[in-house]
Amino acid sequence: MNKIIRINLGPVEGIPMGQGHCFRIEGEDIAVFRGRDGSISAIENTCPHLKGPLAEGIIGDGKVVCPLHGHRFDLKTGKGSETPECVRTFEASLENGTIFIAYTPESAENVHC
Amino acid sequence: MKKRLVVIGNGMAGARMVEEILKRDCGAYEIVMFGAEPYGNYNRILLSNVLNQTQAPDAIFLNTLDWYVENNITLHTGVKVTHIDRNEKKVYGLKLAEGDVPYTTGISDASGADFISVSYDEVIIATGARPFVPRIRGSDFPGVFLFRTIDDCDLIADYAKNCRKASVIGGGLLGLEAARGLMTHDLEVSVIEAADQLMPSQLDTEAAKILERAMGAMGLRVLTKTLISQIVQKNGKVARMVFRDGGVLETDLVVISAGIVPITEVAQKSGLKVNRGILCDDRMRTSDPDIYAVGECVEHRGVTYGLVDPIWQQVNVLADILTGVNPDAVYLGSKTGTKLKVMGVDLTSMGEKETEETDDEILVYRDPNRGVYKKLIVRDDKIHGAILLGDTELSDPLMRLFMNEKPLPENRGEILFGAVDGTRLFDAADLPDTAQICNCNGICKGDILTAIEEKKCSSVAAIGTETKAGQGCGSCRGSIAQIISSVVGEVGYDAGEHYYVPGVPLEKSQLVREIRSQGLKSVSGVLEKLGEGKEDPTTKTGLASLLKTLWPKVYEDERDARFINDRVHANIQKDGTFSVVPRIVAGVTTPEELLRIAEAAVKYKAKMVKFTGGQRIDLLGIKKEDLPDIWKDIGLPSGHAYTKAFRTVKSCVGTDFCRFGLGDAISLAKQVELRFQGVEAPHKVKMAVTGCPRNCAEAYVKDVGVVAIEGGRWEIYIGGAAGSTIRKGDLLCTVESHEEVLKYTGRFLEYYRQHAKYLERTYGFVERMGIDLLKGILIEDSLGICAGLEEKMQEAVDAYKDPWQEAEDPVYPFQFEGPQLIEVLQEAENNG
Repeated sequence: MNKIIRINLGPVEGIPMGQGHCFRIEGEDIAVFRGRDGSISAIENTCPHLKGPLAEGIIGDGKVVCPLHGHRFDLKTGKGSETPECVRTFEASLENGTIFIAYTPESAENVHC
Repeated sequence: MKKRLVVIGNGMAGARMVEEILKRDCGAYEIVMFGAEPYGNYNRILLSNVLNQTQAPDAIFLNTLDWYVENNITLHTGVKVTHIDRNEKKVYGLKLAEGDVPYTTGISDASGADFISVSYDEVIIATGARPFVPRIRGSDFPGVFLFRTIDDCDLIADYAKNCRKASVIGGGLLGLEAARGLMTHDLEVSVIEAADQLMPSQLDTEAAKILERAMGAMGLRVLTKTLISQIVQKNGKVARMVFRDGGVLETDLVVISAGIVPITEVAQKSGLKVNRGILCDDRMRTSDPDIYAVGECVEHRGVTYGLVDPIWQQVNVLADILTGVNPDAVYLGSKTGTKLKVMGVDLTSMGEKETEETDDEILVYRDPNRGVYKKLIVRDDKIHGAILLGDTELSDPLMRLFMNEKPLPENRGEILFGAVDGTRLFDAADLPDTAQICNCNGICKGDILTAIEEKKCSSVAAIGTETKAGQGCGSCRGSIAQIISSVVGEVGYDAGEHYYVPGVPLEKSQLVREIRSQGLKSVSGVLEKLGEGKEDPTTKTGLASLLKTLWPKVYEDERDARFINDRVHANIQKDGTFSVVPRIVAGVTTPEELLRIAEAAVKYKAKMVKFTGGQRIDLLGIKKEDLPDIWKDIGLPSGHAYTKAFRTVKSCVGTDFCRFGLGDAISLAKQVELRFQGVEAPHKVKMAVTGCPRNCAEAYVKDVGVVAIEGGRWEIYIGGAAGSTIRKGDLLCTVESHEEVLKYTGRFLEYYRQHAKYLERTYGFVERMGIDLLKGILIEDSLGICAGLEEKMQEAVDAYKDPWQEAEDPVYPFQFEGPQLIEVLQEAENNG
């Protein structure tokens, strides 16, 4: 049984346009990105390759590029450019200018790509 | 039922053999292949690129495992064939245990394993060759490697991580390639050769001396005429080599690359005739009429071959015979010539290196200053042997004249230097369709013509994608261009190759024109107006760099288009912390500055304090959230050690203290650094000013290097490099004053900013443009643009602002914050 917690991450202006920002929820770092097209996405912050901080990466074409070694991850599916790497993804939404994500704790077995 | 063909060996010869058979008749055989390595077929010639990390292992594959499936070939990987039972007509193989070397002579655990057996109608042996290991005591110690397979490369690269000094036994082609690979792993490398010169099979003594000097200049130590008596180990690892003359060489790693020997055990055990190699007739048939052999394992008319070209010829003959395309085809032996690059030095060698025939003409041209040596041996009006070192522009025509035994032009100088009237000595357009153009991939002129005519390929790159021609060493690309121009008149190019960034379909000059005329000042603006809807991340960083160059003051700085280093003005490290390098102009600091740096390093718990190669101090391991405070405490501007911009000017002590100084290097270095600091560029730019030609500040190998010479003058060198590429800069001009240094340096840097591709260092740019052209443009003002260049550079200089001032005033929320803590308050729903 996976517990889903809906979390308010504050106003969208907290994240600069086109960039990511890292939130620490229950000890887990989650990267939330604000696309220039208005999209909001949320993925695990830690690159499975060598722990690069994905929130610091450049986004484009629906992907984020890890700042350390350039591995890419799909912001929707979490699938990495270097199989079998993948990161957790979280449903994210924008409601009246406020960002919400549906957070499932790390213990849950929900890493799928 | 189809006849079954078993191919023993899945290297370059075996796999090419099968490709050629399928190309002629894909239904001729049911094909079963055995390969001792666990992979598909890869280009062994490019292994040194894998070792020196310029190519990933994946990039050198010619046939991936999918290819075998698609072509209905049964491939047994990791299986070593032990023997052929010629009575039963069956091939027997054993699965190699993990860690077994594919080219081993014995198999470590044959006891428990079951034989794999396959019956055959015909067999082709293509077992290739293994490294020759000279008898040296200690050659089996940990730390001694052979260099033959992808796995060997992995093992060497892995072991090299903990080494400082490496040695290569063997100064032939492969040995030097191995040495080149090792040098990229930050090792001091020595090459040990028993003969009295390098590359004894390709070079005469004089050429070898020139090559040795060039290798020495690159930092490779060469020991010729040196015999090894033993390798000594210490604590279970290689520690040193002892020579027969009593000399000793400390070494942490040894690569043996002393030639190859044919692998013949299968043939021997199966009762076939074997001498040095497996004996074959002119139809590539062994002593058993149903068993053939091709490649390095073969001995044909007393000769064994270790180059691809003759092997492709053998493969073509055998494919013609087996498929019935030409049942009478014969292989009569090959003339061999090689074109190669030894550690960046071009070399072509063919036929004999020396001659004692008194009637032979010997033509020699020496230009030791440039490291150029050309030698021709002519007999009966034909090339009998040739060596081209350092300048191989004419190697293609020479090679063809040699291979085809064509008579030479009356004026022999034309063969060495090209025709005086500019006509071509050789034109690929005159060749027959069967002439092989790409020797690496065995592509004939006919294949290229088909690609041009049927697939409408009109660029060298398109021909490469279609046929693989020109995709190996690349030396045939000129010939491919000649063929294209002979058919369609003009050689096209793939536009995409020349786009400044992948996401905007424009070359740099077109892109600049559009950006200027439409007044586009932000990355998002350019993507919206000129992009194709693709928001590629490299597109964004490239555009940001260009926009900052074009609009120094009014550029709209969208930080999401920039790499993290340029967002927070520090260099991200592997653990997510940052490094802080303050500007220390010309490498000159004061005790007060050092105290502030030291106190900051203690206060912010720098994990390491290190001097950089550019004479500055690097504080490593600083947290992102501490960046603004540490900058304020240090009280110095940013050193730009994280970005594609003008970084630093290294200097020597010049005339103030040095006994030899000819020019005031320090004050000039300060002027240069303060003028150009932080100015955006296509790639990083490192500079140096040195007070005399002793060059303590290493100015000859900088992007811009200024050297004081006798008479109060300064030489300006451009396009030097001492990173993964090593290049001495080209002399742009010699000037009298500091002001002129600033003027011409500024012109060059602005021209580089405007015309280089994104991420193109000056060494590539200067080489691409050519120094003579640059001199014309920048010194003689042949295009009349110098005033404009100076004006643009002045604008960039005026727009300089220390980015560390953002410490006081972040440009976006949380710019210098770590993760933001979120308290989980509500539990809204449950999916259970």
